Order: sequence, then structure tokens, then C-alpha cells
Amino acid sequence: MTAALLAAATGSGAHLAHASAWAVFGVGAALILTGAFGVVLLRNPVHSALMLVITLIGVALEFIDESADFLAAVQIIVYAGAIVILFLFVIMFLAVDRREPAAPEPTRAQRPLAVLLGLVALAELLILSRVQHWSSGAHHVAGSLKGGEDVQKLGESIFTRYLLPFEMTAALLVIAVVAAVVLSRRHGRVAAEMSPAEQEEATLR
Amino acid sequence: MIQSVLFAGVGHLAQSGSGCLGPNGTSITGLCTSDNSLHMPVAYRSILPMLVLFIGALVLLLVSALLSKRSRPGLYPVLSTAVGLAALVASVWEWYDVGNRGVSTIGGQIFYDRFSVFFGVVVSVTVVLASLVSDSYLRREGLDGVEAYALILLAGTGAVLMAEAAGLIMLFLGLEIMSIALYVMAAYHRRRTESGEAGFKYFILGSFSSAIFLYGVALTYGATGSTRFQDIAGYLARNTLVHDGVLLAGMALLIVGLGFKVAAVPFHFWTPDVYQGSPTPFTGYMAALAKAAGFAGLLRTLTGALSSQQANWRPVIWLIAVLTLLIGSVMAIAQRDLKRMMAYSSISQAGYVLVGLQAGSAAGTAGSLFYLFTYAFVIVGTFAVLGLIQGPGEARNDLGAIRGLARRRPGLAMAMLVFLLAQAGVPLTSGFLAKFYVIEASVQRGQYPLAIIAMLAAAIAAFFYLRIALLMYAGEGEAAGPAPALEPAGGGAEAAGEAAGEAFVADGALTAGLQPVPSLDGATATLTWEPPPEERIAIPPAVAATLAICVVFTIAAGVSSPIIDFARHATAMI
Repeated sequence: MTAALLAAATGSGAHLAHASAWAVFGVGAALILTGAFGVVLLRNPVHSALMLVITLIGVALEFIDESADFLAAVQIIVYAGAIVILFLFVIMFLAVDRREPAAPEPTRAQRPLAVLLGLVALAELLILSRVQHWSSGAHHVAGSLKGGEDVQKLGESIFTRYLLPFEMTAALLVIAVVAAVVLSRRHGRVAAEMSPAEQEEATLR
Repeated sequence: MIQSVLFAGVGHLAQSGSGCLGPNGTSITGLCTSDNSLHMPVAYRSILPMLVLFIGALVLLLVSALLSKRSRPGLYPVLSTAVGLAALVASVWEWYDVGNRGVSTIGGQIFYDRFSVFFGVVVSVTVVLASLVSDSYLRREGLDGVEAYALILLAGTGAVLMAEAAGLIMLFLGLEIMSIALYVMAAYHRRRTESGEAGFKYFILGSFSSAIFLYGVALTYGATGSTRFQDIAGYLARNTLVHDGVLLAGMALLIVGLGFKVAAVPFHFWTPDVYQGSPTPFTGYMAALAKAAGFAGLLRTLTGALSSQQANWRPVIWLIAVLTLLIGSVMAIAQRDLKRMMAYSSISQAGYVLVGLQAGSAAGTAGSLFYLFTYAFVIVGTFAVLGLIQGPGEARNDLGAIRGLARRRPGLAMAMLVFLLAQAGVPLTSGFLAKFYVIEASVQRGQYPLAIIAMLAAAIAAFFYLRIALLMYAGEGEAAGPAPALEPAGGGAEAAGEAAGEAFVADGALTAGLQPVPSLDGATATLTWEPPPEERIAIPPAVAATLAICVVFTIAAGVSSPIIDFARHATAMI
């Protein structure tokens, strides 16, 4: 989201030349902000999760505006389609889908501090977007792709130069499965901690 | 519109990549021989140890799925040890295969050089030692199963990957693979609250540090235009950055992220709790592995990619090293829990490796590598001993648990003594040479204050190492002092009373209530109380063999030179 906003702030004019592009950007930005405020302000967790979908769709819209069609599709499929649904599952399983009572905050200074930090971060981003003289070795941070669609480019990267990182994420998935088995298993007791009757039952089972 | 583009793209990819992407059972896709742009030869030899460990983990999981649940209880540790040995053989073969030159292979993601191979050896050895010592512990606690060994192997995979990484992306991936496996291992003892707490803390703080590391990667990329170490070094060699704020910030964040993994002060706050709560053999594994891999990452990043920025990072590492040395040593003195004390001790040991890193020279790197290799044996051995004396359910980790160990188990006490002396840096052990090499490298760079602080820290640390040693050997004398007047039944029960008194030292009423019992009847005492550890210390053969290996290696590395030659050759980084 910040990337999209930043791109807009720095005025990468090539993309936003037409009024239609501006219109898409405006709609996307409005969706992002509406969703973001909704997530924070609504009391019902389910409503918050649904507002998150609006934000994610807004971000996808901005991706289209930046000609990153693949990212836009992934944004919808993965984030809006899978991750938010997962959020909803968790919310409903844990039965927290009711209005949160307005409990007193544990740390009183938290809220003003958060507002202050948010404003500082915003100011930082705006200043950074104006400062031009940071040294950077980055070759192309903006501009359109040369030769080929973005999907093709991504595919080529993943299956050539980044083949090994791509494959090694498999190890992470294996660990995740093993971890889920280990951590969610029932707390069995060792023989030494059982009564004789229980031991017998355990052996029979 | 999106869909049409998406489908067009996928179609194109499928068409152009049809010859390459066959079904692959292993982690690495096969050689791609079609005549299009997706040509990607994979040099399997360069990642052999990692492949062995990873495929070994998968085989282990597969075997457990095929066999019935309790059919072969001792099978998994044997398999895991065999996989570790195979990875060791692969690493040794690589050592001769790679020679002194190194190459960057597999799309420029992997460095195949002696530095990588060195860590392949270190990690394989650590995996073997950890598999050997974990079995008896896990069976005692009723936790044995295939998952523990799969996690050991997977964490090893990540560690090797970190050392082999030729870029920040691969480094991050290795870091995550290792860390996530270690988080689960910390929480592995499901019936102990401390273990769950340790896993949770490690997970939260570790994820935080990973995020910081990732931010550092992003900023470094922004500053240099690449995530690959060679490109970063090349860019910085060709260009002098006038406004290097982004690079400095990125570098600082990278140091924070990796400093967390090696438990350097001030990023060490997780260490005591996690080391105390984790299952004891896993703690030793974690200490050896995370430190080795974390320092491999630091060495690759700082002395490799960012060597032209030495003037910027050496002062930072200097400060971190001093803090780590002093705070680790001083805090360890105040601990009453053995595992906690060893946690602070491991923090201070990381300080010496930082001294070698701070030198920024080949000698310093060699010293650090030697340190990491020898430390793996020492720390796995130390925690193996602690795992034996703590008794079932990790009942006793306090200092009293080790009192009089020399009388009960002279061999065990002797092994522990060697490990303690090595950590204290006493001559004729590997610890002395390790400290000597890093301090020598530091002096060569004119860092006299740092060298003096390191020696001072060693002197402070010697205090608590020797205190444990004295407890082991002199403990029985103290125990025998007041006892004979009360105790007619025999040596065993008397020490039992003493040990139990130590255990409940926080609970005055309980101690007072139970203290007279052994003088009346020793047998009742054993029934009523937490069984005293002395009669229970049985040393399983696998652990005994591991301890013997560790002791022999610690002494051998302290008196002979092949290991340091090994480490010196391994500094041949690209």
C-alpha cells in the first residue's frame, strides 16, 4: 500500500498521465483508506476482517494501475481469497465474533503515542520521497518492463536465478507441517506419571 | 484484462518451460536442457551436505509413516545419526573437491568454497552429536518420536544453507528454515510450561529479529542495487557513496538481525529464558548450531560483501563484542540455575567470536571459525551432562544438582570438568587456543583495549566455571561435614538429604519439614521425596560415546594443530 502511495506521491508521471489512470488511482486510494479506517474503527472483528478485504482490493487496483497485473491477481487470490478467509475462520473458531467491550487500555499513553508515531512515519515518508540525493545502486526502480509480460519475467526469475530459494521454501513448509503435528498433539503422559490402572489402559490401547 | 494477461503468461511459460519442469521428488529441480531461455544447470555437488540433511529429514518422516507407531523405538536416532554422518562424508568429499578456488553456482545463489564446506562439517558434526545425546533424554521424558530428529535435520539444513548463501535472499531463507525449526524444538517438551514459554518467547522475538533483518536486506538492496554478496562488494568497490545513510542503516539492521541469532548483547534478552526452558539436549544443539550459522552469516556479510565498509562496521562490532563479553560473564556469576548460567556463559563465548570478527582479517576469521567448531563439541557435551544429572522431568537444574558429582559419577564429572576448563580457556583444551587465536588476531590489528577486555572477561568467567568444578569435586566434603552426626544409615541417604535440602532451598518450610527424615529412615526418604539424582544417574551408551568424542576432541584440538589449519584454509571465501 505504501509503495503505491509513494509511487503516487513521487509522481511517476508516465503512468498517471491520463485522467482515467488518475480516476483508477483515486478509487483505489479511497478503497484502501476506507478499508484501513474500517479495520481500525469497527468494533466487530468480523466486520474488521471484511473491511480488510476492501483494502486489499484497493491495493490490487493500484497494482493494475502500475501495470503489475500478476501482482494484482495474486493480491486478490492469495490475500483476499485465502488469508482473510483464514482470519475469519480463526475469529469464528475462537468465538470472538462479538462486540468487544471497551476495556480500559493497559497503558494510558498508548493511543496518543501511536498517533504521534504514525504522523512521524508519514512525515518521514513524505520527506524521503522529496529528498533526491540518497546514493543508490538500484538500476531500475521505476519504469515499464522491457520485453515480455510480467508473468513471463517472474516465471523466468523463479525458475532460473531464484530456483534454489524457490525450492528451499519447501523446507519451510515441511517444518510447518512437523511443527503443527508436534505442537497440536495431545499432552500424553509418560508411564512414570500414570497410576497403574492408567498404565494398563495405555498399554491396552 | 487481468485474466487474459495471466493466461497468456502462463501459456507462454508452460510452452517455453515444458522441457524443464518435470516432476521432482527432491528439493532441487533437475537439469534443464531445452533450447530456450530457461536454462538452469544445477551443480548438485555444491549443495550436497544440505541435500543430504534435507532429504534425510524427508526419508525419516516417510519411514515413520510406513512403520507402525512403536515398532522401532531406537530407529530414528540411528537414522538421524547416519544422515549426519553421510552429510559429514559429503562435506569432507567437498573439501577435496572444491580445492582452494571457489565458485558461485546455481543462479549465483550459492557459494561453493571452503568457507561453505567448513560449516558443512561443523553442522554435520553437531547434528551427529545432537542425535546421539537426544535419544535417552527424549525416551526418559516420554517424548521420543520422529519429529525431534526431523527437526534436528531440518534446522541443520537451514544452518548449512546460511553458510553457503551467496546473497541476502538465500541467507534469509536459511535463517528462517533454521530458526523456525529451532522454535519448535524449544517448545518440544509439551508437559513443561517452561518449554512452551521458551518456544513462544523465542518465536515472538525471533520473528521480530527476522523482520529487522529483512528490513536490513531491503535497505542494503536499495543502497547497492543487489542482494548478491559479489554484486554488493563489486558495487561498493567501484563506487564511493557520498550519502551512505541507506547503506549504513541497512548494515546496522543486518547486524541486529544476525546479532539476535548469535545472542550478542544487547540482543540477548531471549537467551536465558529459552536456554532454560528448552529440552536440555536441544539447548546444546541450539547453542552450537545457531551460533555457527549466525556467525557464518555475519562473516559472509561483513567480511565478505561489506569488507570495503570496515571503517563503519568494525567500531559497532567492537562495542557489541565488549558488551557481550562483559555482560555475559558478569551475569553468569549471579545465576543459580545451571542451564541459565550456561546461557549467559554462551553469551560471553559469543563475545570472543565477535572479537575475531571485529579484527576483520583472515587471522580473525580463522580464529572465529576455530572457535565455532570447537565450541560445538564443548557446548553439546556440557548440556548432555546437564541433561543426565537433572533427572526425570528436568527436576533439578540448580547448582546443588551437580554437588558431589565426582564421587557419584567420576567419569561424568571428569568430562564436565574438561568442558568447563575449555570454556574457561585453560591451556591444553581447545578453549585456550580458540581464545588465543581470536585475541592474537585482534592484537595484530592493534586492538589492545579489546584484547585486554577479552582477557579480563575470561578471568571473570573463570570464576563461575571453577565454582561449578569445585561444587562437583569439593561438594561431597561439604556434605559430609554436618551429616555424620545425624546419619548412621550410610553415605547414600545422607547425600540424599543434602541434595534435597538444596532443591527446596527456596521453600523453607518444606525443607524444615523434610530434613530430619533421612536420619530416621533413608528408605522412606526415597519414597517421600523427589528421588535424589545420585542413584538415578545412568549413563546411556550413546551419551557416553558422545561425551568421550567431545572430550577427546576438546583435548586434541587444544594440543595439536590440524584443526586450526583446517580453519585457516576455510577462510578462503569468495
